[in-house]
Amino acid sequence: MAAAPLQSVPAPRPEDQDASVSPETRAGQAYFDRIIADDSRIEPKDWMPEAYRKTLTRQISQHAHSEIIGMQPEANWITRAPSLKRKSILMAKVQDEAGHGLYLYSAAETLGTPRDVLNQQLLDGKAKYSSIFNYPARSWADMGAIGWLVDGAAIANQVPLCRASYGPYGRAMVRICKEESFHQRQGFEILLELSHGTPEQKEMAQDAVNRFYAPALMMFGPPDDDSPNSKQSMAWNIKRFSNDELRQRFVGMIAEQVKVLGLTLPDPELRFDEETGKWIHMELDWQEFKDVIAGRGPCNAQRLARRREAHANGAWVREAARAYAGKQREKQMQKAGAA
Amino acid sequence: MMSQENEGQAAGQQANVWPLWEVFVRSSRGLSHVHAGSLHAPDAEMALRNARDLYTRRNEGVSIWVVPSEAIMASDPDAKGSFFESPQGKDYRHATYYTKSEGVKHL
Amino acid sequence: MNAPTPAHADHSLDSFGDAAASATRVTPGNALRPEDIAIQTVRPSEDVAQYALRLGDDSLILAQRLGHWISRGPEIEEDIALGNIALDLLGHARSFLTYAGHAWGKTEDDLAYWREEDEFRSAWIFEQPNGDFGVTIARQLVVAIYQRLLYSRLVESADSTIAAIAAKALKEVDYHRDHAIQWTLRLGDGTDESHRRMQAAIELMWPYVDELFDDDELTERVGDAGVRPSTLRGEFDAEIRAVLDEATLALPAVPRASGGGRRGEHTEHLGYLLAEMQVLARKHPGATW
Repeated sequence: MAAAPLQSVPAPRPEDQDASVSPETRAGQAYFDRIIADDSRIEPKDWMPEAYRKTLTRQISQHAHSEIIGMQPEANWITRAPSLKRKSILMAKVQDEAGHGLYLYSAAETLGTPRDVLNQQLLDGKAKYSSIFNYPARSWADMGAIGWLVDGAAIANQVPLCRASYGPYGRAMVRICKEESFHQRQGFEILLELSHGTPEQKEMAQDAVNRFYAPALMMFGPPDDDSPNSKQSMAWNIKRFSNDELRQRFVGMIAEQVKVLGLTLPDPELRFDEETGKWIHMELDWQEFKDVIAGRGPCNAQRLARRREAHANGAWVREAARAYAGKQREKQMQKAGAA
Repeated sequence: MMSQENEGQAAGQQANVWPLWEVFVRSSRGLSHVHAGSLHAPDAEMALRNARDLYTRRNEGVSIWVVPSEAIMASDPDAKGSFFESPQGKDYRHATYYTKSEGVKHL
Repeated sequence: MNAPTPAHADHSLDSFGDAAASATRVTPGNALRPEDIAIQTVRPSEDVAQYALRLGDDSLILAQRLGHWISRGPEIEEDIALGNIALDLLGHARSFLTYAGHAWGKTEDDLAYWREEDEFRSAWIFEQPNGDFGVTIARQLVVAIYQRLLYSRLVESADSTIAAIAAKALKEVDYHRDHAIQWTLRLGDGTDESHRRMQAAIELMWPYVDELFDDDELTERVGDAGVRPSTLRGEFDAEIRAVLDEATLALPAVPRASGGGRRGEHTEHLGYLLAEMQVLARKHPGATW
């Protein structure tokens, strides 16, 4: 196997030499390092560094939260979808997002933190999720822009994660990526239909692209020189490409696709640089990004309130189901005792 | 690891938190059930139904098993050597070990 | 699920492009779709079309109600379950409306988005608000038991298209019925609070049960193409009584509501539901989506 630079073993840390580190830990670390160096997979019960477990728990649960919160802007349009076919597609899509959230929570739970704890972090406003879902979906065309740009960016981010070093995460991503491609295509087709429709429809489509372009580019995370955790994630084979690498790659794809749509991207600086072979895009407003992440976006409060409401309204239902299961178990035990 | 397990149990005892189930899906007749992931459900019947909705929305399966996660006994990951390395070196368990009979038909 | 194979040494982004294609096996499956009915040339008689319109409206209005639950369920697993049921119902609605529309040169969307409230032929129970999860389950229980009995008879319909749609729908409503029963048991025989809520929910829905089984001139005229609703009542009562019994719930003794949905006379709820459903389509007459 070619030794790509991304697979290199992390440099020995001070604790490796530390006499206070137990032999078990040292052996575990050596085993872990070898698996990473071989580009093989870490599985749930393997020894892993605490920082690796923490990083993954945080990343996977944030990812899961994003799917769950991400249902809202689109669910917002299910009842108003302008044709029954679009209504079916949108419902199936939002339902998939619930599914993706569950695949990811399932992967996160294998690291030792139960879902209700992760969920509570979300409800308490302590957990982050993708900033894009704090923007409002104001028009039907937003269903197109979200599918094409937001899901498109998500796919570009996620496809490399199919080979993340943590087995359950990679497996969840394989399933998710496959389903996401339907999401992106249906979004593209919504925009295509609108841009070839009435002048009002075309305007609606362009407006949606204008609003979602920059937030979609920000989905790849801060620029590489301002992304402190990236290097470690790459050393651990969780992340395979840098934020900027993925971002400029994505811009290149949509720059071509937008022509098919007959729309434009709201980026006067967008061009392909022959010299570096890379796409150049406009400066993004990273202050806005930080604000939205920190909870000061247009919809943060609304999204969390809706999540909390659903959770609170469902408490008596979840409780009833558990109580019923308990009663059934008791009945069975009594039957077994009587027999 | 111990502390995490305790955390999980504590959570599971809360009245409105459902326990965790592992889901195995047979993708078509003639194949084994394969682990697909996990989900939460109040009991086995609901776990099966949730598994159907979550893991077979696209005709991925013809049969589903659900098992309470806590019922799964896994081999000790720290005992890899004693558990799984013993078969190594026992080449004579494999047909390829027997080279003298090479070329003999139907063998 | 196949794990991504580590044998790939190529780490360029392109090599990931098809990584997703190798996961679990996915097939669309074979089933009757609204699109298949749209290309059929069979034109139903006026009576059969009116009958199909009722069936379609029932499912459409309920799908619209259930669609609202997605992202609001008591647990994410239940968002998915209710979403599945809504999708099934929307599929049935589209098939029935497409077929009905053949009689008048109209599409499913013409019928869904451009009819006025008094042109909808759904029964009242379908338009009743979601309420709490218990109310939604009570509505599901009544509807799913009714629809399963109905479709299990409609598979024998003298009209082959109605029979074919019913055959596809039957398998799905069978599952809806199971879902509703499972939840009725758990809520009815769960905690004191859930028992109280579920009993109240059943009582809230009960006035709208009778209308489902009212015979009228149309159900007489369609004859073997349809089912005379009153003939389903006995089985319905037996089934729902058994479920309520097991769930420790009492059969309500509340008077029926007059009903009138089959004549286009609706409760006050339908107007709001349609206003929301139709608003965007009506803002853009003649547009395609």
